[in-house]
Amino acid sequence: MSKPESKQILEGSRAIALTIKNIAPAVVSAYPITPQTHIVEDLAKMKADGQAGFEYIRAESEFAAASIVLGASAAGSRVYSATSSQGLLLMAEVVYNISGLRLPIVMTTANRAISSPINIWNDHSDVMSIRDAGWIQLFAANHQEAVNAHILAYKLAEKLKLPVMINVDGYILTHSYESVIIPEPKKIKKFLPAYRPENGTYLNPDNPVTLGAFFTPAHYMETREALHEDLLASLEIIKKEYREFQKIFKDETRLAAMPFKGNVYSDGLVVYYGPNKPKTILVALGSLNGTILETIKDLKNIGLLKIKVYRPFPAESINKFITRTKNIAVIEKAINFGQAGPLYCDIKAGLSAAEAKNLNIKDYIVGLGGRDVTKKMISKIIKDAGRRDASVKFVGND
Amino acid sequence: MKNSNENKFLSPGHNACAGCGQLSAAQAVMRGLNENIIIANATGCLEVTTTAYPQSAWGLPWIHSLFENAAAVASGILASLKQKGDKKTKVVVQAGDGGTFDIGLGLISGMWERGENILYICYDTEAYSNTGIQASGSTPYGASTTTTPDGSASIGSTQGKKDMLAIALAHGVKYVAQTTTGFPDDITNKVKKALSVEGPSYIQILCPCIPGWKINNDQAVMMGKSAVQTALYPLLEYSDGQLISSSLKKGFQARPAGEYLKNQGRFKHLKDKDISLIEKLAQANIDKYKI
Repeated sequence: MSKPESKQILEGSRAIALTIKNIAPAVVSAYPITPQTHIVEDLAKMKADGQAGFEYIRAESEFAAASIVLGASAAGSRVYSATSSQGLLLMAEVVYNISGLRLPIVMTTANRAISSPINIWNDHSDVMSIRDAGWIQLFAANHQEAVNAHILAYKLAEKLKLPVMINVDGYILTHSYESVIIPEPKKIKKFLPAYRPENGTYLNPDNPVTLGAFFTPAHYMETREALHEDLLASLEIIKKEYREFQKIFKDETRLAAMPFKGNVYSDGLVVYYGPNKPKTILVALGSLNGTILETIKDLKNIGLLKIKVYRPFPAESINKFITRTKNIAVIEKAINFGQAGPLYCDIKAGLSAAEAKNLNIKDYIVGLGGRDVTKKMISKIIKDAGRRDASVKFVGND
Repeated sequence: MKNSNENKFLSPGHNACAGCGQLSAAQAVMRGLNENIIIANATGCLEVTTTAYPQSAWGLPWIHSLFENAAAVASGILASLKQKGDKKTKVVVQAGDGGTFDIGLGLISGMWERGENILYICYDTEAYSNTGIQASGSTPYGASTTTTPDGSASIGSTQGKKDMLAIALAHGVKYVAQTTTGFPDDITNKVKKALSVEGPSYIQILCPCIPGWKINNDQAVMMGKSAVQTALYPLLEYSDGQLISSSLKKGFQARPAGEYLKNQGRFKHLKDKDISLIEKLAQANIDKYKI
C-alpha cells in the first residue's frame, strides 16, 4: 500500500475530484459539459462506491446546478459544482446572484471557448464573461496548483463570505497527467476547519431569517459598494492565507512551484520568475505559464509574471514587477471584442499615469479555441515585444 | 381565523395592493404551515411586496434567489437538510404563474423528476402581475393583457391556458391540487394535506389580481368563488394520480360563464359568441373533472 500522501500520477480532473472528496462538501450538484465531465463523473463514482458522503444532485441544466448549490449553501452547507464554457454562460444569472447573497460557494471552471462557432477546446472566453461578477477568481498553471487552489478556495470563501472560482485550462489540465499530491482529509482540516456558519446567517427554522430581500434605490448601492470593497480588501487576506497554506502544505507547495533556476518571487497573488532588471516581462494566466517558462528558462533578460489571483485584481503586486522594465507582453487566451484582451485592459487600468508613462505594453492573443501555443510563438512574441507598433496582435502560427 | 399562524409567518405589514387576491391566498397558505418550514420564493409580487429591505413580513426562514430557479433552490435546501439529518423541516416553494408555467418550468420538471419531498405552491394570477399584466402561459383565452391587448383585430389572448396540473401528474407528483382565493379554508386544508405527503406536491391557487383583472378591490374573494361556480377553475385534488375530490360533483349546476367574465375588465370586450366559446371550456372541465 502506498503512503497516503505520496506523489501520484493523476489526470487533472481526477486530482481535483479527489481533493474535493477530501474537502468533503455536503452537497455537490452539476450538469455535464466537456471538458468538465471527468470531475463530476469521478465524484459520482466516489459517492456510488461509498467513499464520499455528500448529496449528489444530478441537475437538469447548469442553471439548475448553480441554483441547487445556491440553495444548499443558503441552508448552511459546504457545496461544490463544476462547469465550463456554455455552462458557465448559462449559469451567469445565478453566478451574480451567488455573490450578491454572499454565499461561500466554490466552483471549478474547466476553461473552454464559447460558441459560435462551436468549439470544445481551451481558452479563457468563458470565465472572462463573468470575471466582474463579484467572485474571487483563481487560476491554476498545473495540477498541483489546481489541487492547492481548491483547498485555499474553501478557506477564503468561508472566511470572507465570497464565492470562489478555480479556473483550470480545459484538456490541458483536466485531461492530462502529472505528478500530484492529494492531501489527506486530516491535513486539510488543519487548514480548513469544518464549515459552521454563524447562527442567523443561513436558513434555519430555529432562527428564521429573510435572504435575498428586495432592495430599493435607498439601499441597493451600499450592497454593491460593500461587495467591491470586501473583494479589494480580500487581497491581503488571500496573501495571509496563502502563507498559512504554505506552512501546512510544504510538499504540495514545492510540487506546485514550476522549476526555474533564476529568482522566483511569490506573494500568493502573483509569481515572478526572472532577473531584477529584465528587458521584457511576459504576463499570463493559467497553463500558458508553463509553456512560457519553458521558453524563457535559458534567456537571461526575460521575466515571467504569473497571475494566480485575477479577481480581486492584484494591481499593486503586478505593478511592482512590470515597472522594472520597459517592454511588457501580455499573453492571453481571450479577447474583449471591439476592445483588447481583458488582462491587458486590466493591467493598463491598474497603472498610474506616472507608472504607465515609460511602459510599452503589448497584447498578444493566443490559443483561442484550443490553438496550440508553442515555444516558437512565445519566442516570436518576445522578439516583437520591443517594437512600438499595434498594441493588440493575434498570434496563431509558428 | 382558526389560528394565529398568519400573523406569525406572514405579518400584515406588506405592500401589496389593497384587496390583493394573492396575499389573501398566501395568508390561507400560512395557516396551513407550521414552524418547521423553509420557503424558497420566486421573484414576483409576493417577494416584492413582503421584503422591501430593511423590513420583512416573513416569520419563517425565507429565501429569494431569482425568477426561474425557486424549485432548484428548494432542491438544494432539501439536500442540505438531508445532510444535517433534519427530517422534520419541509421545504416549500412559492411562485407565480409566470415563474411556474413559463420561465421556471424546466427547473420544476427537474425537481419533480428527482421525486423530492417539496411542496410547490403556484399563485396563479393568470398573467405577469408584477411587471404590469403581460400574458403568461397561464393567461386564459380571450383575456386582454398588456402583451395580448384586445383591439379591432384581436380578441386578446388567443392561446388557452397551459394545463400545469396535467404536467404535474405526468411527473408522478404525489399530491396535486387546485383551489382559489375564494375558498381560504380549502387552501389551508390542501396545504396541510400536502405537508403530510412524502414526496413532491403541487398546489395551484387562482388569485384574482385587482389591477390585472381590472376588478374592484373588494372583489378578489368573490371572483375566486365565481371561478369555481362557473366550472372555469374547479377545486380539485389528486392523490397518486387519482382524482379524489372535485367541486364538480354529481348534480353540480354551473353558473353561466358570463357572470364571471363580465365583471372583469380584462374580459369586458368579449362578445356573446366569445363567451359561449368560453362556456365550452367550462363544460370541458365538467366532463374532465366530474366526480
